[in-house]
Amino acid sequence: MSETLQAGTSGSLAPAMEARGDVVISVSNLSKTYATGFQALKNINLDIRRGEIFGLLGPNGAGKTTLISIICGIVNPGAGRVLVDGYDIVRDYRKTRAIIGLVPQELTTDAFTTVCSAASLSRGLFGKPSNPQHIEKVLRELSLWERRNSMIMTLSGGMKRRVLIAKALAHEPTVLFLDEPSAGVDVELRRDMWQLIRKLRDAGVTIILTTHYIEEAEDMADRIGVIHKGELIVVEDKVELMRKLGKKQLVLHLLEPVERLPGELSGYSLALNNHGNELVYTYDTQAGRTGITALLTDLSRLGIRFNDLHTKQSSLEEIFVKLVGDRQ
Amino acid sequence: MNLYAVRALYDYEMARMRRTLVQSIIAPVISTSLYFVVFGSAIGSRITQVDGISYGAFIVPGLIMLSLLTQSVSNASFGIYFPKFVGTIYELLSAPVSPFEAVLSYVGAAATKSVILGTIILATAALFVHLQIHHPVWMLLFLVLTSVTFSLLGFIIGIWADNFEKLSLVPMLILTPLTFLGGSFYTIKMLPPVWQSISLFNPVVYLVSGFRWSFYSSGDVSLAASLGMTLLFMLLCLAVVYWIFRSGYRLKN
Repeated sequence: MSETLQAGTSGSLAPAMEARGDVVISVSNLSKTYATGFQALKNINLDIRRGEIFGLLGPNGAGKTTLISIICGIVNPGAGRVLVDGYDIVRDYRKTRAIIGLVPQELTTDAFTTVCSAASLSRGLFGKPSNPQHIEKVLRELSLWERRNSMIMTLSGGMKRRVLIAKALAHEPTVLFLDEPSAGVDVELRRDMWQLIRKLRDAGVTIILTTHYIEEAEDMADRIGVIHKGELIVVEDKVELMRKLGKKQLVLHLLEPVERLPGELSGYSLALNNHGNELVYTYDTQAGRTGITALLTDLSRLGIRFNDLHTKQSSLEEIFVKLVGDRQ
Repeated sequence: MNLYAVRALYDYEMARMRRTLVQSIIAPVISTSLYFVVFGSAIGSRITQVDGISYGAFIVPGLIMLSLLTQSVSNASFGIYFPKFVGTIYELLSAPVSPFEAVLSYVGAAATKSVILGTIILATAALFVHLQIHHPVWMLLFLVLTSVTFSLLGFIIGIWADNFEKLSLVPMLILTPLTFLGGSFYTIKMLPPVWQSISLFNPVVYLVSGFRWSFYSSGDVSLAASLGMTLLFMLLCLAVVYWIFRSGYRLKN
C-alpha cells in the first residue's frame, strides 16, 4: 500500500484514536422510518471494531444502504444514536465525516469532469489541503493514473468504479464503507480491489463491506452482520458463525447404490443422494463425539461398502440463506 | 469553517462555467446584443427620450437585470440539481461541510458568474449606446446583491426540482414574465394608474428601479425601497435555504 494511504492511520490521529478504545463505530437503538411510512431500520445495535473488515449482508431492501447512509450523513437518522470514533454523527458531524470514506453502490460520477479533478474535489470537500502526490499514489494504486486527464464519461463501468474508490480514498479515511463495490465489475478489477482492501486493512483502516457475493465476505470479512427487514439478526465473528451455524457433512461414495437405508442406521442423521450412490452423514462439530467411527463400523457390519469419502462444511452463503429463510 | 471544501466546490463550479462558456457567457451576451439592436436601434430610434435619457441607454440597466436574474437562477439551480440528478450529491452530504459552506460555494460561484456576465453585458452595451453611471458603487452593490439573491432563489429551485421540467418552470413561467413586466423596457410611470399600483407588487420593479437609479439618478421607486425590497427578498431566500438544510428537504430523506 502506498505510504500516503497509510499515513491516514499512522499520523497524528493515531494516539487519539487508540485512546478511544477498540470500537470505532457504535450504533445504539437506531431506527429509521421514511416519509412513505416504510420502516427501513428497527432498533439496530452494532459495534464495529477498529481495524476490522466487517461484512454486512442482507437481501435487497434489508436496510444495509440505509444504515450506511445514516452513518455517513446522507440520510437523517430517526431514533437512536451513532458514534464514530467517539463522536456523535449529528452533533460532531465534521469530526465523524472527516474520517469516513464511502464507495456508493451506484456508479454516480460527474461525467463531464476528469478523473484527477474528481479525486481532487473529494479531497478538498473532506477538508484536506491539496496533495497532488497523494492523489497520484491513489490513482496509480487503482491503475487510473494513465487516465487521469480523461473525462469520466469516456471510462468503462469498471474504471468508473475505480474512480469512486479513488474519490473515497482521496482524503485518507480511517473508516471505509464499501456498498456493494464488486457489483457489475470484472474479475480482474474485483481481484485488484480486494488486494487493495487487504492493504488498507493492514494499514489500520476499518472497512465495512456490503456485498451480494457472499463468498467474498466469507473470504474477506473478520466479522459478519446479517440484516433482514431492518433488523440485525446476527452479528458474529465469521469463523465462530460458521462453526455455530454451519453444518459439517461426511459424504460416502458407495460402491453399489442403496435403495433404502437399513433400520439399524436410523439413529444416524443420514440421507441418500445421487440415486442412492452417495450417503451423506450430517454431524455436530461441537459435540464431544461426531459418531463417524461408529457409523463406519456399522456400515462395514451391514456390508455397505464405499470407494471414496470426503467432508464438507456449510458455506457462509448457505448459512446466510438459512438465517434469512428462517425469518421469512 | 471548512475552507478547503468551500474552495474546492467553488473552483469546481467555476470550472463548469469554463467548460460551458458558450452557454454561460456568450449566448446571453449575443441575445442581449440582439435586444439592443431591436429595441435600442430599430424601435428605440422612433421612441422619444424617457426621463431625459435616450431609449437605447434607458433599457441598459433593465437588460442587464434581465440577464442577471435568469442566469443567476439558471446557474445556481443547475449547479445543485445536477449532482442530485446524477447522484453525486451523496459526496456533498457525506462531507464535513456545513449548510452555510455549501450555500457559500454554490451561490458564490453562481453569483460570480452572474457578476462577470453583467459586467460583460455592460461593456457590450457601451458599444451600442453612450452610457453614464452616476453612482458606480451603488451599481456594483445592486449587481452583487441581485446576483446573490437570485442565485439563492436558483439554489432553492434546484433543491425543489425533481425533474428538468420543474427546473425550468419557475424561470420560464414566473421569472421571465415578472422581469418583462418589471420595467426592464419601460418606466412604470408610462402605465395607467391601476397598472402602476399592480406593478408595485412585482419585486423585479424594485430591482430594476434601484439598478437604473445607480445609472441615471432616477427610478420608479425610491432607492430605499429598492434596497429594502432586495434585502428582504434575500433574507427570505436565506430563511428557506436554512430550513431546507435543517429539515433535509429533498436532500436527506
